[in-house]
Amino acid sequence: MLDALGEPQSVLVLGGTSEIALATIKEMPRHRLRRVLLAGRPSESLDAAVAQLKALNIAGVEPIEFDAKNTDTHGAIIDAAFDASDIDVVILAFGVLGDQMTAEEDPSHAVEIATVNYTGSVSAGLHVARRLKNQGHGTLVVLSSVAGDRARRSNFVYGSTKAGLDAFAQGLDASLEKTGAHVLIVRPGFVRTRMTSHLPEAPMTTNPEDVAKIIVTALKKGKSTVYAPGPLRFVMAGLKTLPKPLFRKLPS
Amino acid sequence: MSEAVATQLSGWGRTTPTVAQLVEANSPSQIANLITQSSSRGVLARGLGRSYGDAAQSGGATVVDMTTMTDFSLNPENMSVTADAGASIDNILREIVPRGFFVPVSAGTRIITVGGAIAADIHGKNHHRDGSFGAHVTEIVIINGRGEQLTLAPENPQFWATIGGMGLTGIITSATFTVIPIQSSYISVDTERLKDLESIMSSLLERDHEYRYTVAWIDSVSPSGRGVITRGDHATIAQCDSEGIKNPESYDPKKIASAPGLVPPGLLNKLSVRAFNEGWYRKHPRSRIGELQRIGAFFHPLDGVHDWNRIYGPRGFLQYQFQVPDSASDLIGVVLNKLREIGAPSFLTVLKRFGPGNQAPLSFPQSGWTLAADLPAGISELGRTLDQLDELISAVGGRLYLAKDSRQSPANFARTYPRLDEWRGIRDTMDPNHVFASDLSRRLEI
Repeated sequence: MLDALGEPQSVLVLGGTSEIALATIKEMPRHRLRRVLLAGRPSESLDAAVAQLKALNIAGVEPIEFDAKNTDTHGAIIDAAFDASDIDVVILAFGVLGDQMTAEEDPSHAVEIATVNYTGSVSAGLHVARRLKNQGHGTLVVLSSVAGDRARRSNFVYGSTKAGLDAFAQGLDASLEKTGAHVLIVRPGFVRTRMTSHLPEAPMTTNPEDVAKIIVTALKKGKSTVYAPGPLRFVMAGLKTLPKPLFRKLPS
Repeated sequence: MSEAVATQLSGWGRTTPTVAQLVEANSPSQIANLITQSSSRGVLARGLGRSYGDAAQSGGATVVDMTTMTDFSLNPENMSVTADAGASIDNILREIVPRGFFVPVSAGTRIITVGGAIAADIHGKNHHRDGSFGAHVTEIVIINGRGEQLTLAPENPQFWATIGGMGLTGIITSATFTVIPIQSSYISVDTERLKDLESIMSSLLERDHEYRYTVAWIDSVSPSGRGVITRGDHATIAQCDSEGIKNPESYDPKKIASAPGLVPPGLLNKLSVRAFNEGWYRKHPRSRIGELQRIGAFFHPLDGVHDWNRIYGPRGFLQYQFQVPDSASDLIGVVLNKLREIGAPSFLTVLKRFGPGNQAPLSFPQSGWTLAADLPAGISELGRTLDQLDELISAVGGRLYLAKDSRQSPANFARTYPRLDEWRGIRDTMDPNHVFASDLSRRLEI
């Protein structure tokens, strides 16, 4: 349960190796946490994520087996996590960037990106929403992206999956009105992570820790959408309305 | 059967609401059915929602609104009241005060139910001599986790597990408690204004036994911890006559004001509270003897302001109330200093003495001191600071009041209520499947 100051006791991360999600957990008051579930495919990096949090004396850190693409298993995995005890915050953090050029040449790669980022999220998001609604409280944090705000030549496959995910999350939030459950949509710009380490940095680049601070503050304030960094909201509002010829001339 | 309606519920502090299926209570058999047919989220009784934290809310559960069952009757011969759990102390007082009786223990608000008074084992300004509400209860009728109705007397451990049991042993449907005889609806009040905490505490220690009711208000903003002690006894007819009061037995407290519906965050800040506290301190004379105050003004001053909890704005507030033994009386000053350091403005800071506790395993009061302070939830550093204070308090054998708590950790709770396991054992005889659950019981892993 959240306490009166909005500090969570239990968190489930879907995509347990996500640097943004791990930074978010570290940003929460650690001694309040009683249960932190990191869901992902069994791997060294998942074990490392568990070890990293345990090393910080966070209580109840556990890995659970979860594969975003294996949607048939989502219901049982999420049910088991909620059956044990209430979950205050669920972070939907899995996703792949993929490679745009490969995707254009080999549509099966595009399907892979879409399956993880969109199909997997829709499936997991609906299962989580059902359980949050049942317990009458809790927030689903959805890691969207500014890439979904307007499709760009350089990464439109990824961008379109985030656009779909973002629209899904907005509707899911609407469906949860008056149930006690909420959705927080987070739209980061370029974040320095493993996923982007091979890419040139864009303006307004942030670190996972910066995004984490924004998420934790937004959770306390009960916001439903945040950009990271915050001022990206205005940049994106401008970009969304920019006439096509101008937009396409922008450096990708 | 009344329909369940998805309803957002919170405590009086208006923090962390959750949504439950709210059902109006209409009979013991209906309540028994709700219990036996409950979902895995469980069942919880709710009264008038005056507990500050998450005691009377339960996300996803069936929450039974008890305030629809409100019958009660006074038995003047054996000086007792038998009441439905949902009957309010407010309505009971309106009936019994003009007939010459008063409740044995009165909290700072009369807008509470009998069931809630038992579940929280409330205390009042007379704890040092009369104990808490539970000490005056003679019978509890309760429906347990199997849907069976039990009648509990003080000889039964289940009776004491229910007193202070925060609604987790069953749904109380009715109870009988003793009342005290009074001659008038007035309190003869002596006031003493003192310029520092030390003088307040020594005055309380020396003179508590002289009066039935005693409480001290502390100016939390002043570094000295100055404040005002008010002491009182029920006024006699002779006292009322000599003051020229007509109809000394009449009793009809009214709402005098309402807090505005929309309050900007931060209305209560250091400056506004400083101004209020200065005025409140100055309003009281250095010393005054025998002033006659109405029961409402003496016991329930805030009940005159409808929805006063809204003045803390959208983030809500919490009340930090703890108890420490006499051997750790210095902690009162330590806590006041710490709260002042982080700039936590509290205009309702109340200090009083507790007498010995009772045999209920989860009852809050124990001999010593208790301090309560209202704090806006939005203050930065509040969480960390209160956690530090929890540590200091638990280290000396003190603890927090569950009816006020909304943020302590499960570990702190378990450490400071050493009879928790004994209570759990009794609870398991009444509710083996833990049908009764609240957000508080989930948060504290009770």
